[in-house]
Amino acid sequence: METTIELTVDGERRSLTVDTRTTLLDALRERLGNTSPKKGCDHGQCGSCTVLLDGRRHLTCLALALSYDGAEITTAAGLARDGLHPVQQAFLDHDGYQCGYCTPGQVCSAVGMLDEAAGGVPSHVTDDLAVPTTLEDLDDGEIRERMSGNLCRCGAYPGILAAVREVAGA
Amino acid sequence: MRELAYLRPSDPADAVSLVANDPDARFLGGGTNLVDHLKLGVATPGTLVDVSHLPLDALEEHDGGLLVGANVRNSDLAADRRVRTGWPVLSRALLSGASGQIRNQATTAGNLLQRTRCVYFLDVTTPCNKREPGSGCSAAEGYGRYNAILGAGPACVTVHPSDLAVGLVAVDATVVVLGPDGERRVPAADLHRLPGDDAARDTVLGHGELITAVELPRSAHARTSTYVKVRDRASFAFALVSVAVAIDRAEDGTVRDLRIVWGGVAHKPWRATRAEDALRGRPLTEAGVRDAAEAELDQARPTAGTEYKPAMVRNATALAFRRLVPDLAEEAR
Ligand SMILES: Cc1cc2nc3c(=O)[nH]c(=O)nc-3n(C[C@H](O)[C@H](O)[C@H](O)COP(=O)(O)OP(=O)(O)OC[C@H]3O[C@@H](n4cnc5c(N)ncnc54)[C@H](O)[C@@H]3O)c2cc1C
Ligand code: SF4
Ligand code: FES
Ligand code: FES
Repeated sequence: METTIELTVDGERRSLTVDTRTTLLDALRERLGNTSPKKGCDHGQCGSCTVLLDGRRHLTCLALALSYDGAEITTAAGLARDGLHPVQQAFLDHDGYQCGYCTPGQVCSAVGMLDEAAGGVPSHVTDDLAVPTTLEDLDDGEIRERMSGNLCRCGAYPGILAAVREVAGA
Repeated sequence: MRELAYLRPSDPADAVSLVANDPDARFLGGGTNLVDHLKLGVATPGTLVDVSHLPLDALEEHDGGLLVGANVRNSDLAADRRVRTGWPVLSRALLSGASGQIRNQATTAGNLLQRTRCVYFLDVTTPCNKREPGSGCSAAEGYGRYNAILGAGPACVTVHPSDLAVGLVAVDATVVVLGPDGERRVPAADLHRLPGDDAARDTVLGHGELITAVELPRSAHARTSTYVKVRDRASFAFALVSVAVAIDRAEDGTVRDLRIVWGGVAHKPWRATRAEDALRGRPLTEAGVRDAAEAELDQARPTAGTEYKPAMVRNATALAFRRLVPDLAEEAR
């Protein structure tokens, strides 16, 4: 079954016809030619396909494109439209990658995560749930926990941690 | 993947009749479990009825407690200020599960109805009574490290993977269900079932029954509650075992009421009623908690792969109590 949907991707409104079974990841990469989100595991387990969807970090591999008709998506490429995003600059400054395959997902995840923390969202390692968190609470333990949905096979974690810590300003 | 039709009704009752009248149709929530199963061939529906856009996303005061719409995302439920203070075990359980991205996508209903992570269930080349009734259970004699130790068999020896489900039993939640014959309300403790000789059914819900909401009653024990999860890595992993504890104590420290619920040990969240009975009405001690867990574990039947679980669940239970009751932590030191 084929259906036409509309997506706004990195600021551009795009219309495309997809099969029911097409994932958002395949729609972005194979149909719209946006190869910024990466297919790592295709099963929700690695985070390399992460984008910002309607402002929040979101996987695209376990999402059927049809269900997201009308959504607004920002990929890591879109974050760099008007010059590098501070998170991207920090990844450069701190060697937050080696091969770079996980990086677009890491970057989108970090941007979404920083927003969550600034908005008071707690994490598994937050001691007191009654107190809303702020960016200042993002110590290494908090950053590691909140970024745990993004794996890096190159093991660039120390650089990723340093980059996110710098942007958080903690 | 099989050819698939996609429908997006705008009314819950329409969604129910679309699925109820088509044995080949399935509800689609956030998709984090079902889309995975479509790819693996574990689920082969002919039609998906997308319920993720239904207006079931209220998170509001209700009857002195909270009403959580079926589509409230796991991240939003965990972060809600009222939940964090009135039902902290739910925030803790949710925050210990999956990843930030997945929690943004996963719905309350979908979380409860996610299916087992049994490696054989997910591998269509192996026998599995849950996926293919009557084909046998590969896990009974196979890789058994994640198997159940309570209430298992004969058809299936797996455990339920949801952390949220365990927390909901500890706070006496009720699941609101809309079916072809109207609405009914199911206590969270009765939603999931033991396998017996029918492994295919994870819950008591029938085909076409839609979860529309979960009700959280306010209680003293829910307010003092927590969740301990033990896993193979520090984050982003399913539980080996987990423990939800909710406790209400009198001024003098006597236990007025409590809930102890275990995850990772059975086909459903396991309410440790024997352990609760051993502790209710008495002052709390670390030794008392361990003995109570032991009393519950009398019924456990660990196998070679799961020999580690009884001690792990007992220690995790003691840890949960120490987190909630500071003098116990002192005593243990
Ligand atoms: C890598 C990974 C790690 C994870 N780790 C954890 C973890 O540590 N702990 C944990 O608890 N979970 C974990 N999960 C599971 C995750 O929590 C579930 O996949 C998610 O909660 C399912 O919600 P959903 O809305 O995406 O459901 P869907 O995938 O859309 O649906 C799941 C099931 O529910 C049914 N359904 C959906 N909505 C309704 C409704 N309203 N009424 C009736 N039926 C409905 C569907 O038909 C389907 O059978 C993990 C998942 C992944 C991919
Ligand atoms: S334990 Fe249950 S899910 Fe796993 S193989 Fe046996 S029947 Fe299937
Ligand atoms: S490709 Fe989506 S999580 Fe791995
Ligand atoms: S930089 Fe290679 S996988 Fe992360």
